[in-house]
Amino acid sequence: MVRIGALLVAALGWHLASTYGFDFFVRFDNVPGPLVVGAEFLAQASSQEFYVHIFHSMLRIAMAYGLAVVTGVVLGVMMGRSRFAEDVILPYIEILRPIPAVAWIPLAILMMPSEQSSIVFITFLGALFPIVINTVHGVDQTSKVLVRAARSLGASNTAILWHVVLPGALPSIVAGLAIGMGVAWFSLLAGEIISGQYGIGYFTWSAYTLVEYPKIIIGMLVIGGLGSLCTLLVRKACAPLLRWQIEGAKS
Amino acid sequence: MMSTTRLNRAAVVEHPHNYRPRTTSGKGRISVRSIDIVFATANGPHPAVEDASLEIQPSEFVSLLGPSGCGKSTLMNSVAGFVKPTRGEVLLDGQAVANPGPDRGMVFQQHSLFPWKTVKQNVAFGPLMAGVGSREADSVASTFLSLVGLSRYAKAYPSTLSGGMQQRVGIARALANYPSVLLMDEPFGALDAQTRSMMQENLLEIWSEFKNTVLFVTHDIDEAVFLSDRIVVMSASPGRIIADIPVRLPRPRTQELLTTSEFMTVKRECLGLIREQTLRAFEQQNQAS
Repeated sequence: MVRIGALLVAALGWHLASTYGFDFFVRFDNVPGPLVVGAEFLAQASSQEFYVHIFHSMLRIAMAYGLAVVTGVVLGVMMGRSRFAEDVILPYIEILRPIPAVAWIPLAILMMPSEQSSIVFITFLGALFPIVINTVHGVDQTSKVLVRAARSLGASNTAILWHVVLPGALPSIVAGLAIGMGVAWFSLLAGEIISGQYGIGYFTWSAYTLVEYPKIIIGMLVIGGLGSLCTLLVRKACAPLLRWQIEGAKS
Repeated sequence: MMSTTRLNRAAVVEHPHNYRPRTTSGKGRISVRSIDIVFATANGPHPAVEDASLEIQPSEFVSLLGPSGCGKSTLMNSVAGFVKPTRGEVLLDGQAVANPGPDRGMVFQQHSLFPWKTVKQNVAFGPLMAGVGSREADSVASTFLSLVGLSRYAKAYPSTLSGGMQQRVGIARALANYPSVLLMDEPFGALDAQTRSMMQENLLEIWSEFKNTVLFVTHDIDEAVFLSDRIVVMSASPGRIIADIPVRLPRPRTQELLTTSEFMTVKRECLGLIREQTLRAFEQQNQAS
């Protein structure tokens, strides 16, 4: 109840600031009020184009993130299990990781065959690093006792990877997947704002250039909502795999 | 609760499944032939085990007793196949030990159950790895869980169980492969005194059923005397075998044995040797620091 109240106070402040054109360092005279935004949202929600934008963003997230999960986990496991693989892959990771995905935009546009693929590439890069790093970290923490136990029970290397290494790394991998989803959205938006013809980032930015200010705020809220929704989906999808951890914490 | 602490003998005697990968009778002869185990450390080579020789007969229960850090676990790990001797060889039924294998079941001190598998999945793991189908593995697991009195906890995750219960699952899991040798590395070391003595009695009951060869690492003299046919005493670092003490106490043994004079005689013999070695280990540590 207090939380809803707190939000209502903020909405009221926003309403007053924009109706009376509050102007002290931060200017509210160009910011549409909550009622205007609400009305515009209803209008958008019944227009087909709005969903086309959402669909394009979600499609890019799905492609880029799916690719990042597979690549990230495979690379991470290889690096965690093999010294040689780590020596080969780690220098690339160390050099590329500090470069924000946004900084890749110009080069991505030059390199990739289409705008669509350059945005997907940038989103992929954003999601990839947290997933790789967390996978390596999780695999590094494999319990030696459990590996020994598995060996003495007759497990092959493949079986140890499947039954010991991966499940042990999973909590860390899932944390990486959730962070990766957040960074994926961040990178997607940057990509869509700068290049692109569809997508919720494009929707938001073109609202600014076309002086359709209420749509800016709708775009922002939708981005936040979809980002949270996707992170929630990742966590929910992984929850059954981590049931052992939850049950252990209860006792 | 009491019912879960008792051993369910009927469960094993009936053997309601077909999985029985090897005959254990007459198997499980361990020969350790003058082995050295030297580890490379940052301060140069460290001899953990020196010139150790040991013959263990099938179905014999032998304890390795010594002060902590004396290399008794290392010696056991060479039998398990985790550590290769720098010199000498380890044979199991005449075959050189090269790798770990399901013919030598391991029970560790703690935290050795797969936390992401249920109790039953843990016990079923060995048979699954041996290639029996999942239904058969499930049936083997049920048998052995019932043996250690934990059928009720089949679907529980290990972290929800007490330390003693976890160790019983560990024993069930090692036995589910019908190993000819059971290697136990201070399996009750992390348990409280009451649980430990109960576990010791349980273990003897189980062993009397399976008659595996048991190699049992401990630094607890009472435990070694109570359980063993023979106690092999190791010296402080580098680990040498300094005594081989037969324990001719009648079986089946119960906790009442601990107060008999026969028990005390054997205990006194071990105590003198261990005290000497512990003092030596102490001095070594003081010199090192």
